[in-house]
Amino acid sequence: MSLLQSTQFRPDPSANATRRAWIRAWPELQNPAAWLVALILVIMPLIANGFFLIEIFATTLILGIIALSLMFLAGYGGMVSLMQLTIAGFAGYMVAVFGISGNANISLGWPWWLATPMALALATLFGTLGGALAVRTEGIYTIMITLAIGAAFYYFTNQNWAIFNGHTGINTVATPQFWGVDWRSDIAFYYVTLGVAAICYFAVQYVSRAPFGLALQGVRDNSRRMAALGFNPNAHRIAAYAFAAFIAALGGVLQVWNYRQISPGSVSVGACIDVLIIAVVGGITRPIGPFIGALIFVLLRTFALDVLIKFGLDGNRFRLLIGLGFLAIVFWSSDGVIGLWERWRRNASPTQRPGGGRHG
Amino acid sequence: MDSVAQRLSVVGAGAALELRGVTRLFGALAALTDVTITVRPGERRAVLGSNGAGKTTLFNCITGDFPPSSGTIRFFGEDITQFPPYERIRRGLRRTYQISALFPGLTVQDNVYLACRGVSRGRFSLLRPGQNDALMHATETLVQAVHLAGVKDQRVAELAHGQQRQLEIALALAGAPRFILFDEPAAGLSPTERRELIEILTSLPAHIGYIIIEHDMDVALRVVESVTMMHNGRIFKEGLPREIESDPEVQELYLGGGHE
Repeated sequence: MSLLQSTQFRPDPSANATRRAWIRAWPELQNPAAWLVALILVIMPLIANGFFLIEIFATTLILGIIALSLMFLAGYGGMVSLMQLTIAGFAGYMVAVFGISGNANISLGWPWWLATPMALALATLFGTLGGALAVRTEGIYTIMITLAIGAAFYYFTNQNWAIFNGHTGINTVATPQFWGVDWRSDIAFYYVTLGVAAICYFAVQYVSRAPFGLALQGVRDNSRRMAALGFNPNAHRIAAYAFAAFIAALGGVLQVWNYRQISPGSVSVGACIDVLIIAVVGGITRPIGPFIGALIFVLLRTFALDVLIKFGLDGNRFRLLIGLGFLAIVFWSSDGVIGLWERWRRNASPTQRPGGGRHG
Repeated sequence: MDSVAQRLSVVGAGAALELRGVTRLFGALAALTDVTITVRPGERRAVLGSNGAGKTTLFNCITGDFPPSSGTIRFFGEDITQFPPYERIRRGLRRTYQISALFPGLTVQDNVYLACRGVSRGRFSLLRPGQNDALMHATETLVQAVHLAGVKDQRVAELAHGQQRQLEIALALAGAPRFILFDEPAAGLSPTERRELIEILTSLPAHIGYIIIEHDMDVALRVVESVTMMHNGRIFKEGLPREIESDPEVQELYLGGGHE
């Protein structure tokens, strides 16, 4: 490497370089809109009533976490996995099976602080094994394999009574209560989901610039070249599935605490595809996308019914609205709402350096 | 067969790279037939031949991108024939690609950083490199060495062709290479960029050997000490640059064949 040192070296003003590296690593901290959104989210319980807190915002955050795990795989790894909701549902089932529920014949009655780590560990293992299967394929075959895993799990829960209690599922799942707080009460639960969502969001953001995340993006862009640089691409892909599975599992635990029950309907193929829609509508190039997509999805699911009825249409057609919205966004912006937003901003301020938009 | 030296010479420990009877079939087509090559450590060699002579296939067999159908490949004495590409790279083998194989979605700096990380520990690290990370310094140095410091924060997709070729070389120089395969590094470069390339190649530390595939004789014969001529997937001739240049058969096959 002596040659390399011999070439002329013009150092940057180092303080400036540090500052730029910092901005590049945490773009949110430079963005006043992000601070505003964070503030609103923190003081939300002062603004919103229990219905909005839980049915809209907590639900959005939970779906956002699950879709975030797909965003991580698809955006950084180029792997579209349809089994992320299945992993979340598996974690939810494990919370119900190991913890306390109304189905005493099934639940083992472990305290939440034992049942939850167990559920997270098993769901991560489940996702990793599924990933190890899926990485043998690419593109559309990855979608097919993960969809097959999702569908198989759905039918299995329907037919297995010993653990999953068949189509009735497991009801009245106990939620954590300690330090004199019922953590499933509206405000406490909202903060729990907000905290977990924030941790997941920043973890994904952070890892995307760490060696593991960079290598994953390298595998996405050119896996053959990654092998020619000394990386084992499939090992990286499987590790990405494990990381994403853990995030999805966190979402699944929150989801079962939210609804206090879990049944095959929670892990149906339709629900798996909803997660894909959420991620794609929001945009899979940045971790904020899935949360935006989840908010749009939850708002439509909750209010489209009333709006449709107001216009004299059948309220059950709300999925039609989601589908049309999905179509429109995919048609006009391949990277979702985020892509639309970035293009709009770029047009609004033409001085901005082009290409700075794409994260990573 | 008793002395260590004898045994070592049998397994080819003295050679940086030793191919024995390497054959690669694509269906019924033999892209390489019975190729036997020995390259000393630090040796610089050109592989010449017309299109379809099997030069790039040879590289792909050596790096394991496509493993050979038969034959053995030894790298500094170790049989690497069955190794996946990344195991070969971790042992000090490097290559560049004829058509730039970079990571267009990442910045120049991230590309080089990945190359440095790929041949060191912590490939799965979840922790971002700090300001004093040794690999970050190695990355900076490499980026400077290939004259890309000015564009290090740009995405590779935005780079000019010549810059992408330079980055391609930087990726192969990461870590501690022992032997490098350059696949037409001068393709599409301007005369100035070619001079820079020759400068980089000739100033590589003496212990780093390489094989270079290059159609441009001015580049190829200036940076090597030996030449292997390939034709139809076979070794056609081996020799010193001037021998090959003046060989009538070679002239007919290659130099006179209208190839540049």
